[in-house]
Order: sequence, then C-alpha cells, then structure tokens
Amino acid sequence: MSGAKTGKASLWPMLIRRVGSALLTLLLVSMVIFAIAGLLPGDAAQEALGQSATPEQVAALRHEMGLDQPAPVRYAHWLSGMVRGDAGQSLVAGMPVGAIIAERLPNTLMLAGMTAVLAVPLALVMGITAAIRRGTWIDRAINLASLSMVALPEFLVATVGVLIFSVKLMWLPSIAMVSAEASWSDTLRSCALPILSLTVVVVAQMARMTRAAIADQLDRPYVEMARLKGASLSRVVLGHVLPNCLGPIVNAMALSLSYLMGGAIIVETIFNFPGLASLMVNAVTSRDMPLLQACAMIFCSAYLLLMLVADMVALLANPRLRAQ
Amino acid sequence: MKRSISLLVGALTRAPLATRVAAGFVGFWLVLAVGGPWVAPHPVGAFVDQDVFSGLSARLWLGSDYLGRDVFSRLLYGARYTVFLGLGAALLAACCGTALALWATLSGGAIDEVISRLMDTLISIPSKILALVLVAACGSSLPLLLLICALTYVPGNFRIARALAMNLAALDFVAAARARGERKFAIALHEVLPNMVHPLLADLGLRFVFVVLLLSGLSFLGLGVQPPYADLGSLVRENISGLTEGAPAILAPALAIAVLTVGTNLLIDALKPEDKR
Repeated sequence: MSGAKTGKASLWPMLIRRVGSALLTLLLVSMVIFAIAGLLPGDAAQEALGQSATPEQVAALRHEMGLDQPAPVRYAHWLSGMVRGDAGQSLVAGMPVGAIIAERLPNTLMLAGMTAVLAVPLALVMGITAAIRRGTWIDRAINLASLSMVALPEFLVATVGVLIFSVKLMWLPSIAMVSAEASWSDTLRSCALPILSLTVVVVAQMARMTRAAIADQLDRPYVEMARLKGASLSRVVLGHVLPNCLGPIVNAMALSLSYLMGGAIIVETIFNFPGLASLMVNAVTSRDMPLLQACAMIFCSAYLLLMLVADMVALLANPRLRAQ
Repeated sequence: MKRSISLLVGALTRAPLATRVAAGFVGFWLVLAVGGPWVAPHPVGAFVDQDVFSGLSARLWLGSDYLGRDVFSRLLYGARYTVFLGLGAALLAACCGTALALWATLSGGAIDEVISRLMDTLISIPSKILALVLVAACGSSLPLLLLICALTYVPGNFRIARALAMNLAALDFVAAARARGERKFAIALHEVLPNMVHPLLADLGLRFVFVVLLLSGLSFLGLGVQPPYADLGSLVRENISGLTEGAPAILAPALAIAVLTVGTNLLIDALKPEDKR
C-alpha cells in the first residue's frame, strides 16, 4: 500500500500488469485454438491432393507443409508467423491468408463501427430513461423489450427487416454491396439493413446493464443530497451519477460490442456482406484451417482488446479501484 | 424437487399475465417437442403440395416449403432436435461446469489456479467463434453438436458456480464439516451444492436460451444439424429463397425459435426471487 499514496504513482504498474495479463490470456487462447484445429481427423495434405494421390505424394506435401514435424514445433512456427503478420497460405484460395483478411477486415470494422455509433447512444438513452423512471410503465416496457430482444435469433431480426424494408416497402437493398468506388451515401444505404439488425441485437444488453448501473447509484445518499440542494434531475444524472458509473457502463458497452463479432457471423451471411465473419464461415465449410485460425485469433484479440480498454477506463474513472 | 415444483406453480398463479403467457408458450413447445410427431398431419418428408411456398390454408396450416412439403409437420419434427439438443447441452454444460467449480473451490491451491486459468482462457473466446472452430475440427453429427454446444457454455457456468461456491465455502457450516473430517466429495454434495441449486437453475435456463440460439445459428449457416435431420434453424436455411415472397415457410420456424427463447428468458426473469423491487 505504500506506493498507493497518490493515484498517479500506482497507476502505471497496474496498467502494465493488466496488459501483461491480457497478453498471457491471448497466448493461452492461441494454444487452445491451435490444439482444437489440430484435432482435424483427415490431414491437410491428404485433403489438398484428393483421394487419388499416392502415399509418396502425400508424404512429400506433408513434408513441404511442415506437417511431419511435432505439434509444439508447428505451434511455435505458426505463432511466430502470426506475430510477424504472416498467417501462412490459405489451403483453398492458394493465396496468403494475410492478403485475404486485409481485404475483408476494413469492411467488418466499418460495420462494427457504424453499429456502435448508432447503438451506444440509443442504449444510453434507453438505460438512463428506464433508470430515472424506475417502476413506471416506461421502465417496464423497456425491460420487457430488452429482455425479449436479447433472446431473439439474429436471422429472425434480419429476415423480418428484409421483408419489411426491401420486399414490401422497397426502400433498402437486401444485399450489402461494398466497393471502394461507391460513394458514402450508397455504402450507407446498402449497409443500412445489416447495421439495423446488429443494432437490435446488441442494444438490449447494453441498455439493461446501463439501467442497472445507474439505478444502483440513484439510491446513494449523494444523489439525495444533490437533489435537496435543488439541482435538477438532469443535472444530477448527467453531472453526478453518470461519471460515477462510467466504469460499469463502458464495461457493458465493451461486452456488447465484442458480441458484435459473434452476432455479425449470421448477419454478414444473410446480407452477403463481404466481411471477416462470413469469411470465417467459408473457412469452416471448406476446412481451410490456416484461414480459420487467423480469423479466430483476430476475433479473440478484438474481444481481449475491448475488455482491456474497458478495464483501463474503469481504472482511470474510479481511483478507488487503484488502491488494491 | 416437490418443493421446487410447488414453488414454481405458486409463483405462476400469482404472476402477472405476461409471465403466465411466457410460461404457456414454453410449456407449449416442450409438449410439442415430445408429442409433435404424433400430431403432425403429414409425414416429415412427404410432398403434399403442387405449389412451393404456398401461403396459409386450411389444409396446410403453415403453407408448403421449397419442395412442396408441409411446413407445419416439418416444424413439429424439427422442434424436437432444437429443444432436446438445447436441453441436453445446457444440462451437460451445467453439470460439468458446476462439478469443476466445486472441485476447484474445495481443493483450492494449484488445482483451483489451473482450472480457473483454463476457464478464463476459454471464456475469452467468443462462444460462436469457439463453436465454429470446434465444428470445423470435429464435424457436426448430432452427438458432436451436443458436445460442442455443451463445451462452449461450460466456462460461463463454471464462473457463476465458482463464485457461488466460494461464498458458501467460507461459511461456518462448511468449516464445521471439514472439521468433522468429511471428505471433499461429501462436503460438495451435502453442504455446498444444495445451497446453490436455485441460482444454478436460473443459469441453466439462460444457458438453454444461449444453446438454442447458437445451435439454430449454426444450422442456419449449414454447419449445425445436417440432412436428413432438420432442426428449426435448418428449416429457416432451406427456405431462405422464399424470403422475397414473404413465405410462411421461412418466417414460421424463425418465429418458433423466438417464441421458445424469448418465452424462456421472460420466464427466468419473472421467477428470479431476489430482484423483485
């Protein structure tokens, strides 16, 4: 505790420890993913050459692909490649995995970013409204709606969206086209349905957790004090309560946005969106292990990064957490 | 068990209308999943209509699918895969997760450290990603799907069960049991487990919702239940070309999943004892 006299002095070691712990988890995750992918019963060389290959040909290709080496050696080789940004050759496309991913990653980031821009403010408004109007019909309606939305299958949301907006009303296209030449408004229009579907999927959980965090603070004496002083409700909530629940709220946002990664798999497939998640589904179907491993690692890194950022924001926002 | 059932019935009779409706829907699906094939008007693979994607009618209640088969009958057959795989996987995940949690808590030390670290690692892999990697590596026969869905949700259950067990293990009656010289297994079974049944049941319901969503998502992607079997997710997938016509063949199975999952979720929330304000 001697180093914790001032908040600043103990902040850096703490942040470094968090980063270290996240990196260790990422290393363990890479081991798990490599181990699972190694369970594959047929091996890649046999698969690439087909049934008619002679055993000598298979053995030669196995040697060329490095499959005849023991698993730890292959793991070390794969990991050092990943760290250098070289994820190997795709077995199906015959291209470097890095090049395929580089083409898809910006699309997925754009989709996730635009969903976040729409979903985060919406969730904040829903959560804050429900918390302030606790016990009223608005709170109950938001509670019921968010509980239901959490459990909706993504493909129902997406298909109903397509049915209403592109089949009946014919406002929006049902297939998301993304190209470098298209103007911003065209891209936005063709991505509107995927973004809306993803928003429905992630907004509910965020709103629920925001409500819980704020409702918890509203019972505190300092809120009553501020109200008795004559501060308006909006001032109390925005100026006093919100900064105090920044940590839990950012955590909720990070959790939900990391869910975007998983949720995007179904939505990207339905709308033929050329993103990373639909690439991963193709990799599963064609059993393209190097591509699959790289995609899985990107999703896991994104998840861990979001959690790390949330942790850091919580640490910065609440000095009491640093005194451990 | 008897007490739980009477509690459940008591809570339901006093519950608001929405809860009873939710309970009704969930019960309805459980009954359909068990008895579906006996009430189905047509065999599951029979071609009964000249038209594909026909609308609702008195003869074919939910219309016909992309090959002219009866959607209602296929729904009744599909529901059993969704419901029973979901229940089986959720139960398996809960049993494994809780057993590991009890073992870790009561052993402490290195065993706790290793198990917790492994579960922390698994929980850092988003569930759909983990399931996809597992499907790619192992394939997707029905027993494998059950195992994959269960494995995917073990870490989540472990985390909750361990937190509950840690709190309980610090209490006096557990210390007394240890002092009496009881074995770890007996302490886990007789002292700790009975006190965490209620929150674990709520978690089981939640896992069931997650598993059903994951499983139908996988089937929708063509990576889950494989033909000739079809669960509700596969029904959505095979009829996707009917979307532009707004065919009931695609909306009915998707809605059926939503009724099951949303109903379960609302029911769990209504039965939660501590959160009532």
